[in-house]
Amino acid sequence: MSREVEDLNRRLLRARDAMDRAYAEPLDVPAVAAVAHLSRAHFIRSFRAAFGETPHRYLQRRRVERSMFLLRETDRNVTDICFDVGFGSSGTFSRTFREIVGETPSDYRLGNEPMLPPTCFQMAAMRPVVAAGVARRSSTFGIAAAAAAP
Amino acid sequence: MITKLNVTSIMVLDKNEALDFYVNKLGLEKGQDVKQGSYRWLTVRVPGDPGTEISLEEPGPPVHDEATAAQLRELISKGAIGGLVFLSDDVRALYETLKARGVTDFTQEPTTRFYGTDMGVRDPFGNAIRILQQGKVAHAAKA
Repeated sequence: MSREVEDLNRRLLRARDAMDRAYAEPLDVPAVAAVAHLSRAHFIRSFRAAFGETPHRYLQRRRVERSMFLLRETDRNVTDICFDVGFGSSGTFSRTFREIVGETPSDYRLGNEPMLPPTCFQMAAMRPVVAAGVARRSSTFGIAAAAAAP
Repeated sequence: MITKLNVTSIMVLDKNEALDFYVNKLGLEKGQDVKQGSYRWLTVRVPGDPGTEISLEEPGPPVHDEATAAQLRELISKGAIGGLVFLSDDVRALYETLKARGVTDFTQEPTTRFYGTDMGVRDPFGNAIRILQQGKVAHAAKA
């Protein structure tokens, strides 16, 4: 029993790592689920049980964290940053950013300066917690899927 | 005054598998391997740096009761427990070496940051390992 849980966790972690590594690419759930050798539905359910949020939300928070990094550390414009971190449209990016961070990307940039901890610590520790009062949303990668569509 | 880090430990699910990974894949050297009753004191260390040992520890009795050990194993496999950060003199070459040795679980390919070039890899159990080549490099910040 325990070994099965550990094996499942390890595969889920591998899939989560794949999102951390390839967040800038148009990921979709079946591709990430395949990393864990799971069906889409089983993957979403198991991921949420292990890590407390859907894979979709995990990826959104990774992308938003990387966008916050670029807003702080670079002069790139907001639209470029939106595409740099894997969002398919600036409307979706702005809405998701506001929903998670609680302010607009431009306002965030005005209020924050570069940070010192190494990137690995920033990626681990600075991934934003979803702002209070936000309902959990769908568990698909609708944004990336839309961007990947012809 | 504390003068040096002497021993740190990392939780693994299997000491033999851990030894194989840390020595034969990652390139550390075996330190001490002493059997005391049912307990095996097993360490690895950075080659040429005998002053700091990394103890490979398995959850379980007598340190942990079985329920606690099961919790720890679950957390290890979620990547939620420990980690190590090493220095290297050539991260990009090491990355190629690790790939050639069959390592696949990279969390980050070598990337140049303002503090140097680093990469990330997981051990077979889920522990995060970072390897950094220090040195400031002039470059534009990149996610």
